[in-house]
Amino acid sequence: MIQYSWLIPLLPLIGFAIIGLGGKKLSKGLIGMIGCGTVLAAFALSVGVFLQLDGKAHTVTLFNWIAAGDLSIDFSFLLDPLTSVFLLIITGVGFLIHVYSTGYMHDDDGFHRFFAYLNLFVFFMLLLVMGSNYVIMFVGWEGVGLCSYLLIGFWFKNTEYNNAAKKAFVMNRIGDLGFLLGIILIFVTLGSVSFDPSQSGNAFSMARGLGHANHATMELIAILLFIGACGKSAQIPLYTWLPDAMAGPTPVSALIHAATMVTAGIYMIARSQVLFSFAPGAMEIIAIVGAITAVFAATIGLLQNDIKKVLAYSTVSQLGYMFLGLGVGATTGAVFHVTTHAFFKALLFLAAGSVIHAMSGEQDIRRMGGLKKKIPITHLTFLIGTIAIAGIPPLAGFFSKDEILAYTFENGGSVLWLLGIIGSALTAFYMFRLYFLTFRGEFRGTEEQKHHLHESPKSMTIPLVVLAILSVVGGFIGIPGVFMHDAHWLHHYLGFGDILTLSHDTELMLMGVAVLVAGAAIYSAWRTYVKEETLPVEDEKELSKTERLIFNKYYVDELYDTLIRKPLDWISDKAYKFIELPIIDGVVNGVGSGVRWVASVGRHAQSGNVSYYLLAMVLGAVVIVLVKLW
Amino acid sequence: MSAIQIIPIEWYLWLSAALFSIGVLGVLFRRNAIVILMSVELMLNAVNLLLAAFSTFHGDPRGQVFVFFIMAVAAAEVAVGLAILVMIYRNTKTTDVGFLNRLKW
Repeated sequence: MIQYSWLIPLLPLIGFAIIGLGGKKLSKGLIGMIGCGTVLAAFALSVGVFLQLDGKAHTVTLFNWIAAGDLSIDFSFLLDPLTSVFLLIITGVGFLIHVYSTGYMHDDDGFHRFFAYLNLFVFFMLLLVMGSNYVIMFVGWEGVGLCSYLLIGFWFKNTEYNNAAKKAFVMNRIGDLGFLLGIILIFVTLGSVSFDPSQSGNAFSMARGLGHANHATMELIAILLFIGACGKSAQIPLYTWLPDAMAGPTPVSALIHAATMVTAGIYMIARSQVLFSFAPGAMEIIAIVGAITAVFAATIGLLQNDIKKVLAYSTVSQLGYMFLGLGVGATTGAVFHVTTHAFFKALLFLAAGSVIHAMSGEQDIRRMGGLKKKIPITHLTFLIGTIAIAGIPPLAGFFSKDEILAYTFENGGSVLWLLGIIGSALTAFYMFRLYFLTFRGEFRGTEEQKHHLHESPKSMTIPLVVLAILSVVGGFIGIPGVFMHDAHWLHHYLGFGDILTLSHDTELMLMGVAVLVAGAAIYSAWRTYVKEETLPVEDEKELSKTERLIFNKYYVDELYDTLIRKPLDWISDKAYKFIELPIIDGVVNGVGSGVRWVASVGRHAQSGNVSYYLLAMVLGAVVIVLVKLW
Repeated sequence: MSAIQIIPIEWYLWLSAALFSIGVLGVLFRRNAIVILMSVELMLNAVNLLLAAFSTFHGDPRGQVFVFFIMAVAAAEVAVGLAILVMIYRNTKTTDVGFLNRLKW
């Protein structure tokens, strides 16, 4: 099975080719089958790989891709436990989202384009996690950025959506610059960009030898790689694209901006663990940035009124937790949280899509309410997702978040742990706020919308149910040693070697604090939005100064506009006026007018005037005679 | 031989030069095609004169032989030139060369 693992990325690529070329000529049913089928087949192969892996790393080499002097890069895939976890998530959750999309996008004209892009995205994402060297990873990295742009701007006739897509792509690219510089520095310092363990001079084995001596270089490499991760995984300061990315269709938000693409940064850092172990300073920075992002984004989520925007800020916040985990040495915990987050965040986004579908396109939660009885399956699955993300045991979110917080308490210091707990509380609060305002209370929408309220078709509800089940039981792959001795299956499987030396009592106490805090936040949300039936204000002006600051996302977008976009626009404008027009256009047009001038002078030799020709003859004869004399 | 050297050679030179110049100016400045052809003849004859003079002065008959050649060529050239002139007249009903300006840019 492993030697056929190259089929895993190839099948979605073929799906993209068939659907992309067939387009409108194929029926929607056929497109749906091909689109979902390729990902399902990839999932089946991923399960096969998972079962066959046996805890070891396998390499599948396809061909020698680049051979230039010292640089030799193979196009080969590395299959190890970390890769197989990500493969299962990408293909598994990806398949569910593909099925959901057949229902959600059914009435859309661009149905074929959507599935072509989705399949292309899955291809690139698989390339990213399967690559055995940083260059293939970078190809996948860039590719998912491209697909993200294509899918955010899917409804391309709307300028706002196009701007959001451009913003996402440009911010990604800024991060990509850091990543690329990091890769170059890795090659220059360590002599190889490959991390294939079967290759003798691969980057990680070189790092183990050289890492201690070149401390500053390793720190620099780590920081550059982290900048790349910031761009892709929406950490401060490169996070503002993610809330704007909600302009894309909801399945896109679920797949790309919740479950897979944004986790590419975490994959990259987890993969590069060897390099980061020589850069403790960078690890600290990662932990701090992660913790701050987690709390910062959570505060913004408290006041948003668009159902998808709340989930977007929630994603940024949860990604912050994952980076916090990576920074304090909980690599397994971070990957664990990636897995559980993929389950419940995809669930929440898909359920939100179901709500939007039922509400005939409405996304403002101030117009919702009382949907509990009207769309029961959506309601139940959304509730399960909310409980999971709030970190209530025994659902999935509790175990993964708790592991990160435990490592933070031990390695990161009490300040970071406190930030984590605060973030937990805020998460529980704004998620339940979202739940209560959407599903409880009285319906606040228009009569027309009330009339059209209906549960979504099976193609949409079945994936919801599957993801809900995963959100409930998914946490059991990582039960900490406190409850059951040696039960943390994921820890053994991934083999990162993270060690926690807290006593069992401390661990239980930390868990207790976290659950209590979450419970208190939920109670507070219940009191505000159910008992007292508060509603978010209609007009921004009714908010207090602080609330308005948070509601406007701390004016970060406006800040970037003033600091970066306006100066660049000014430079661009001046360059156009003073360089492009006079100099470049001047030279090109000047050559043309020069030729015309020469012609206008020269054409007088053909005047047609006989006397003129005779004069020319005489003068010519005179000149010849003179030349002969001298 | 000594009789011909009574008139200095410079006089022949000046006369020939003057005739040649008049011929050139006639070619350049006259509008009538027939006059232009006459001016060309004038130039040829000026050269003939000078050739004959030098040939006598140096006692070398080759100059006079060359004059015969020039006369034969001039006759042929005038025949062709006048034929062209007649064709032009038949087409434009004028002998003014100022009207022959179609082959221009």
